[in-house]
Amino acid sequence: MAVITYRQALKDALAEEITRDENVFVMGEEVAQYNGAYKVTEGLWKKFGDKRLVDAPISEAGFIGLGIGASFLGLRPVIEMMFFSFVYVAWDQAVNNTSSIRYMSGGLINCPLVIRGPANGGTNVGATHSHTPENMVANVPGLKVVVPATPADAKGLLKSAIRDNDPVFVMESTLLYGNEGEVPEDDEFLIPLGKADVKREGSDITIIAHGGCVLAALKAAEKLKKEHNVDCEVVDLRSIRPLDKATILKSVKKTNRALLVEENKPFCGVGAQISHIIQREAFDYLDAPVHRISAVDAPAIYSPPVEKVQVPNAEQVFNEVRHMLQIKA
Amino acid sequence: MSTETPETHEFNKGRSRALEKSDLFAHAEDPVNKGMTVQEKLKCFTDMVRIRKFEQAALQSYQKGKMGGFLHLYIGQEATAVGTVSVLGENDHIITAYRDHGHALAVGMGMNECMAELYGKFTGCSKGKGGSMHYFAPEKRFWGGHGIVAGQTPLGAGLAYALKYKGIKGCAICYLGDGAINQGVFHESLNLVSLWDIPVIYVIENNGYSMGTSQVRSSAFPEEGLAARATSYNIDFDTVHGENLYEVRAKTSKAVQRAYEQSRPTVLEIFTYRYYGHSIADANHQRYRTKEEIRHYQENKDPINVWEQILIEEGHLNVDKVKEIDQAAKAEAKEAVQFAEESPFPPPQQLLADVYHSVDNPGTHTNEGEIFFNDRLPY
Repeated sequence: MAVITYRQALKDALAEEITRDENVFVMGEEVAQYNGAYKVTEGLWKKFGDKRLVDAPISEAGFIGLGIGASFLGLRPVIEMMFFSFVYVAWDQAVNNTSSIRYMSGGLINCPLVIRGPANGGTNVGATHSHTPENMVANVPGLKVVVPATPADAKGLLKSAIRDNDPVFVMESTLLYGNEGEVPEDDEFLIPLGKADVKREGSDITIIAHGGCVLAALKAAEKLKKEHNVDCEVVDLRSIRPLDKATILKSVKKTNRALLVEENKPFCGVGAQISHIIQREAFDYLDAPVHRISAVDAPAIYSPPVEKVQVPNAEQVFNEVRHMLQIKA
Repeated sequence: MSTETPETHEFNKGRSRALEKSDLFAHAEDPVNKGMTVQEKLKCFTDMVRIRKFEQAALQSYQKGKMGGFLHLYIGQEATAVGTVSVLGENDHIITAYRDHGHALAVGMGMNECMAELYGKFTGCSKGKGGSMHYFAPEKRFWGGHGIVAGQTPLGAGLAYALKYKGIKGCAICYLGDGAINQGVFHESLNLVSLWDIPVIYVIENNGYSMGTSQVRSSAFPEEGLAARATSYNIDFDTVHGENLYEVRAKTSKAVQRAYEQSRPTVLEIFTYRYYGHSIADANHQRYRTKEEIRHYQENKDPINVWEQILIEEGHLNVDKVKEIDQAAKAEAKEAVQFAEESPFPPPQQLLADVYHSVDNPGTHTNEGEIFFNDRLPY
């Protein structure tokens, strides 16, 4: 296993899939000659050329729609959003056309499309550029959403997404691109969509998170072990839809407590759905109400020190667990 | 806003005048028309009549409360779908908006599956899941049937993009209404297809009204018409009198050749007219336009009558033959109604089928875990 960055893992996934399948191409703003706004595609244009790395003008609705039409004929477009917030200008294409086509054609048409890019706040770019729409996309039957937290998951999930015959949204994070981790070098390293990962085993409480919040949860868990001898189990959802209900329920039934952490806004967020599932299917196992930590329910603020407390961090997770376990400071 | 007359709503000079004989044959000598066999000419006539009879039968069923939702009739516009499709080859694809019955029958979809779809039956072309606006026949290279105005315009670009990507000599026709030309995504599509030399043909079926709003009340356009907006994107354009199948074929064929040989897009604006409202739910269609205007088109510009006149002049049709074709189409439509009525509705289990490929094809994909969040299934 090699230790590489999250960014490199995504790039390797793209390069391997472009090499493996002639129908795979990457399209987006600045993905080719500029080498990617966040350098995820750096060097790929030079290696694979104009056909496989396509610089698109700033027309998200236009080129996502074009990707959809191309996917009907068997191409596998990987569309990069410079920021996932930009998908909002293309909502009819990205969400309505992608999710409806298979169903309303009675299963005749597939839409093997990937839309990927960073979806995170915490970078002081203001409200318009800081959206985390995984809950909105996951609300739509026909769509799939994955949110990798580690380099290995980024590679394995993106490769699976490209090979999938349904539209898949891969939501990354600019704050994770530089993180390093061990990643298998195997060309066939695939992580199934819809399979959560227990990132840390424990018996006292289950912390369920996705994306960058998984790292905050792990950090908090270490501190809780060290300072209070509390054993947290950290479940990384990895995939929001399909959702791995079995792993969630198994963990909660073991620890009898659940804390849900996400950067999503709280109202109708991912945690809302998961807490519903837990109370519906594991009610008798719970020793405490399910708690949630989300972003503060307001548009993303610009002011750098204040934005830091708007999105969840390890300190908040640490404090919330202590509160749930009634551990005094 | 003053009451509109045929003269004021039409910007295209001469469009509203009655046809003369020279108009009928103006494009008869075009190579694509000259090479037409009698059989092909009669097929075009038959197809147009079939579309009309199908829709008249559908309208009756709708009025009897046999179906839900919308029913956007194509009656009056038949030469556009039939004429454009008739010049396409085996590597060419089409995609359209919600007024899609004509295109579906023109590519060879059966009346039975189309009527059953309107009835919401399991035997419908989309298993009763799509409805009037969402017909599909990928095996006939017909990609729908799309409900959102202009939503199909980048998809059409994508179909043609895929052909080019795969090195296949072909093109895609993407139809849109005149109401769609003001949507941003259409302009994004025009920019992309010109920039990247994509072999797509945008056919604007200009029936004069985007629902209840006439063209002059909705669109800023130059003297040459809506299609002239294409010049901003360095795309060739042309205008077409949609009542004349010869002209539709001649100009479409030219665009197809441009796509094949130069891999360049074209915008065609086809002037046409719908006799009914925007949809059957459009109860006001005789308020935003006059009865005289509607009658004018029915009497002077009906695409079926015009083609009939041409074929009679050419000696390929006579009154008896017309009657025969008419009755056969009527009978076929009647049978389709019966087929639809006798067909079963989708079983409730079908609600959860066709949502995901990976669910319908277990084991062929890498997916695991729960997808549907229902506490209780509806059956």
